[in-house]
Amino acid sequence: MESGFLKRLMLVSALLSVLLAGAMYLGISIGSTGSNFGDSIRFLFTGKSTGSVSEAIILQIRLPRVMLAALVGAALSLGGLVFQALLRNPLAEPYILGISGGSAIGAIFGIILGFSYFPGVSIMAFTGSLATLLLLLVMSSGQTLFKKDSLLLSGVMINAFCSAVIMFLISMTRDARLHNIIFWLMGDLSSADTGKVGILAAALFPCFILLFWLSNIMNLLLMGRDMAQTMGVNIKIVTVTLLVVTSFMVSATVSYCGLIGFVGLVIPHLLRIILGSDHRILVPACVLGGGTYMVVCDMLAKILPSQGEMPAGVITALIGAPLFIYLLKRSGQ
Amino acid sequence: MNPVITVTKLNYAYGNISVLRDISFQIQRSDFFIIIGPNGSGKTTLLRLLAGIISAGEGRIDVLGDSIEDYTRKTLARKIAYVSQTVPVDFPFTVSEVVLMGRSPHLGMLGLEKEKDLVTTKQAMEFTELDHLADRRMNQLSGGECQRVFIARAICQETDIILLDEPTASLDLAHQTRIMDLMEKLQKERDITVVMVSHDVNLAAMYGKTLLLLKEGQIVSRGKPDEVLTFQTLEAAYGCTLLVDESPLGHFPRVTPVPNRLMVIKK
Repeated sequence: MESGFLKRLMLVSALLSVLLAGAMYLGISIGSTGSNFGDSIRFLFTGKSTGSVSEAIILQIRLPRVMLAALVGAALSLGGLVFQALLRNPLAEPYILGISGGSAIGAIFGIILGFSYFPGVSIMAFTGSLATLLLLLVMSSGQTLFKKDSLLLSGVMINAFCSAVIMFLISMTRDARLHNIIFWLMGDLSSADTGKVGILAAALFPCFILLFWLSNIMNLLLMGRDMAQTMGVNIKIVTVTLLVVTSFMVSATVSYCGLIGFVGLVIPHLLRIILGSDHRILVPACVLGGGTYMVVCDMLAKILPSQGEMPAGVITALIGAPLFIYLLKRSGQ
Repeated sequence: MNPVITVTKLNYAYGNISVLRDISFQIQRSDFFIIIGPNGSGKTTLLRLLAGIISAGEGRIDVLGDSIEDYTRKTLARKIAYVSQTVPVDFPFTVSEVVLMGRSPHLGMLGLEKEKDLVTTKQAMEFTELDHLADRRMNQLSGGECQRVFIARAICQETDIILLDEPTASLDLAHQTRIMDLMEKLQKERDITVVMVSHDVNLAAMYGKTLLLLKEGQIVSRGKPDEVLTFQTLEAAYGCTLLVDESPLGHFPRVTPVPNRLMVIKK
């Protein structure tokens, strides 16, 4: 936060943009039909269509998927960052607190009822996430909301309850949608198409900008509610805005690609270690860094299995859950 | 005299439980004003009302001539700074980042600081002797250092009034006097009105210019330390036997709680 704040912001953004661009390039070049480093770079630079099969794969399958991954990663890590600031708890994350789970219940209801992805399933997912958020706030209302243990315990309980409801809904589903729901639940990005990505981008970008606008207030919130308030922050309005915007972002991603956990834990934590706690830097860094992380995780999900592929949510959980345990252990000391 | 804070017939209740009853008093400019009283007497509630963190049910608080209700959060933050009891900062902010946050009420939404704000920050850190810790992270500091960082942040806010909620609680003796000396210096050199809630009647006696003694939400006594800290008022407020004599350090009272075992011998 020294004099060169803007310079620092530019530098961090530029570096992370390069990383993201690199990851996306790898993402569109590597896939189950082989690697096409040459094709993708030729196409990207000339924009000329040659009509080849590999070009069609790159353009219609891999590019939307990579862009979806970047958007989802950005939204989820930003979601984690906001929850951590709001609850003053570095372990808070939409997935761990059950917000994603509630959103998934809403989405599954939407799928079972036969709604289209947009707007039907998305609205159901948003409703589900707001309902769990409300439940979480009521359960740990008042001061205890800011105590680590009670908040996390409430989250764990809500998550367990959501899982039970999800399992119940799945067991009631008897037709071909069953496989889709299960695969989607595990956090799957393979269903991307250009239209979906466009809608998601249109929904998420205003949220990113709004959160950047509120980033200094997030710094003040970390000094405690009382001190934030006496530094000119209108706590009620800010809290509601942050919660609603974050739930919206999370439910938008959940309704498109299911439950992808721990991204909002891994990325903000990593970035805080490197960049410090200034949210005016962390918000853009989370968007770019979270995007990069998700693109890489999805790439691993594509190339690790010898046959077919696994959902990206498996990879993020494999990396994130041990980190969460490590952080929990360390914070207890 | 020109009061910076005027409280008129203030009442406050949490639900049905009355916390403050019919409180009226004034705080003069550049006073060192300490609110004392037993646990549950409403000290902290009163301070939170003065800070505008909670709003009064009945009665009126005027800050620098205007009702506190007429201020926005931001304009009030330019008049009154508030230091809460030490909050643990689990996030790796540096000391200079936290102190600079005090500039927020004077800046735009993103808090983009100008050269002048950095100068103010640096001065506040020098004043509180924190300059050597500027790049240290908050979670690496001791309790006393943390408290000084929050005070530096409040100084950086450049307000007429600074409110503190038990700033010396849970600090060792050296840090207690260090914090109190710092606040005294601030009040004397910068003409700032310091309002503090304290549990420690002896620190209040040594540093306070005006004391306000509360019991069960009502004012028991208000005035200079030797007027407020008498055997009669203190026993009435705290309900235990106390020895009040003059401090060997000067003309202010010294309060010593008397253990039960010694009372038996006296009888």
